Amino acid sequence: MRAWFRTGTPWIWLNAGAIALCLIMVVSVLGLIFVQGAKHFWPANLYAIQVKQTDGSVKPLLVKHVRNEEVSASVLKDFGVLLEGNDLVYQRELLKLGNRDIYGRDFAWFLSKDLLDRQQPANATVIERREWGKFYGFPLKLLEGQQVIAAGENLWPEFINRLKRAKDLHDEINDIEKGDIGEINRAMESLRLSKRRLELSKASAEEIAIFDQASNQEKAELDASFAVLQQKLEELYAQARRDSLVLTTAEGQLISINLSQIVHAHQPNAMTTLQKIGHYFKNVYAFLSEEPREANTEGGIFPAIFGTITMVFLMTIIVTPFGVLAAIYLREYAKQGTLLKIIRISVYNLAGVPSIVYGVFGLGFFVYIMGGSIDQLFFPESLPAPTVGTPGLFWASLTLALLTLPVVIVSTEEGLSRIPSAIRMGSLALGATKSETLWKVVIPLATPAMMTGLILSIARAAGEVAPLMLVGVVKLAPSLPIDGHFPYIHLEQKIMHLGFHVYDVGFQSPNIEASRTLLYATALVLVVLIVLLNAVAIRLRNNLRERYRSESE
Amino acid sequence: MTQHQMPYSFMELDLANEKSKMQVNDLSLHYGNSLVLKNINLIIPEKRVTAFIGPSGCGKSTLLRCFNRMNDLVDNCRISGEILLDEQNIYDKSVDVAELRRSVGMVFQKPNPFPKTIYENVAYGLRLQGISDRRVLDEVVETSLKSAALWAEVKDRLHENAFGLSGGQQQRLVIARAIAIEPDVLLLDEPASALDPISTLKIEELICELKTRYTIVIVTHNMQQAARVSDYTAFMYMGDLVEFDTTNKIFTTPSQQQTEDYITGRFG
Repeated sequence: MRAWFRTGTPWIWLNAGAIALCLIMVVSVLGLIFVQGAKHFWPANLYAIQVKQTDGSVKPLLVKHVRNEEVSASVLKDFGVLLEGNDLVYQRELLKLGNRDIYGRDFAWFLSKDLLDRQQPANATVIERREWGKFYGFPLKLLEGQQVIAAGENLWPEFINRLKRAKDLHDEINDIEKGDIGEINRAMESLRLSKRRLELSKASAEEIAIFDQASNQEKAELDASFAVLQQKLEELYAQARRDSLVLTTAEGQLISINLSQIVHAHQPNAMTTLQKIGHYFKNVYAFLSEEPREANTEGGIFPAIFGTITMVFLMTIIVTPFGVLAAIYLREYAKQGTLLKIIRISVYNLAGVPSIVYGVFGLGFFVYIMGGSIDQLFFPESLPAPTVGTPGLFWASLTLALLTLPVVIVSTEEGLSRIPSAIRMGSLALGATKSETLWKVVIPLATPAMMTGLILSIARAAGEVAPLMLVGVVKLAPSLPIDGHFPYIHLEQKIMHLGFHVYDVGFQSPNIEASRTLLYATALVLVVLIVLLNAVAIRLRNNLRERYRSESE
Repeated sequence: MTQHQMPYSFMELDLANEKSKMQVNDLSLHYGNSLVLKNINLIIPEKRVTAFIGPSGCGKSTLLRCFNRMNDLVDNCRISGEILLDEQNIYDKSVDVAELRRSVGMVFQKPNPFPKTIYENVAYGLRLQGISDRRVLDEVVETSLKSAALWAEVKDRLHENAFGLSGGQQQRLVIARAIAIEPDVLLLDEPASALDPISTLKIEELICELKTRYTIVIVTHNMQQAARVSDYTAFMYMGDLVEFDTTNKIFTTPSQQQTEDYITGRFG
């Protein structure tokens, strides 16, 4: 036994065991997120079932099966469920009912023994509405106004056609509302601000009168074009509302849904597996490219992805020069002594400060003090409404940059200290000054280390949530921080963020069951995004390493 | 040039006949509180190879680094006395250190090419001086590599990374890099100690070639090497310059007992 210990074998087992444990944890977390998240997009079949009621009657429902669970009889009794048998454990099923507007809830638990006669009718239809979530039912007829256009066989193809038309109209309306009308609003606002600026600059009454005259004329023009747009919008709305689909619920209730209210529709039971796979990827694409709807419980997460990436890039742009320059000074120029040691320890310790503290600091210092001062100095006309003195993209990036600064400094310093002095000597001996040596030889050699720091900071920043809640990330941002309007990048705008979206969907959602798979899918996207960002950075670093192969010597 | 028209081996070497390129006067050097070089007086004759020998820690490398002021980089180093390069004290305040290092080149013990291409390694010194004309660079790179006897081996891979070269090739590349900026003096700090015997031989041949054009100072642990390549030899011990004379004299009839003991391997 002692001999066995002396061979070092137990030590190897211990190490291997630790590695195995780490791997198991990582793989199971990723596996769970992946499996649960991937399920979100699958167009599962609908079942028409009969539910036995307590009074013995049956009630028909059209449902999607979510999951099974075992539940003990005593728990059920506590809930007031009347049980006839003496089983200790009962099987129960969570079913998605849809039709929130009719049933008041769209998920419900049923005991498996109460569920009778499962069927999969081919014409069971899932309608995704802009409001009220999903509708499950059977299409009956398509109406244009009051007139029946199609029913029976040719109903579905005609419906798909007309749905496409309604969607195009919807997009057009959206463009006008967000684009042209937004433009007019901006012009109006800038007129108002110009006037306020004039007043603040203590202009004479005449000047103001002249300005008023000019601006009134402009305002009248804007009002006129607004009226035109309004007119056009009304026409478009009327056109979009032309068609409606009449469906019956499982119980036979007739429901009419206007095509302008439908995002998407499909009949899962009639689909082949191949069609379902196609639909699956269409769903994935929609998830990645669409905006969220209904308090983030439906729709996509595109603004969150976009916000996260923009913020991380901005953070990288801010943190890299600061961190690298600070590290260069600390390592190359500063006199190595007690003071420097204290500074270095402080910087290293910054990495351990809880991130929420950075958030509070960012809000207090960046947003209120810095942003507030900038408002006072440059945008007094819009006060008391803040222009930049409010949480936004730039402050969030700045806070994250501060948060990740120590990481960049530490790894850059490491990299600089690892450059062999022989190489510096070689450059100096050729008549290079210290700074020439630094910029031409040492720093290029240290870039892989800087990239390592950047990779770590990207991973940290992309996954950070707590400080962002305070400095610029919101549940739902009205528009993207980069768009076609001058100045194109809106640094003061609030953004959405995947990490915060996970928190919001997971804990602030009004509809827990509906957002459960959405939560996993969002987390999956976040993980994939971080992996992608890292992969790009690692790729860059490896290319650099290849170029400066010396280090391995 | 008249001195060199005669075949080298027939020449009678004598310090009294040499023109001095560098002259060390009363040089002392402290690292912190320890005295490392004690009152050194020495001349480095022009276009000759001068070797510094002595046991480890005797101060020969330190002395070598005084010639291009590399000791300036050491924090607690103090120097007194003077070193003249063509009658100009290199420790004078008016001297630009970068300028000095351009005329006094240095090659280190371990090959230290830059993480750049072979071409860029050689062109580095010129680029520092602001020369970026492609034709000038091409020409200097070629002549320098030829002078360093490396051209034939690398002419097809000039734009590959210098780390792809062998140790001996790297050391010759470093020499090419040093002579590309046309220094007057070349300092070699044990240039072959990290190399295999064949590479060492090549470096030694190269030194013999180069001394027709440059004043060379070489520090070496290898006494055979000193005997083979140098014209003059200085023996140092514990920070003192014990003896300085023609290599022939040092290795055959040294005037100091210490020198003889070291040469014959009785200590060190």
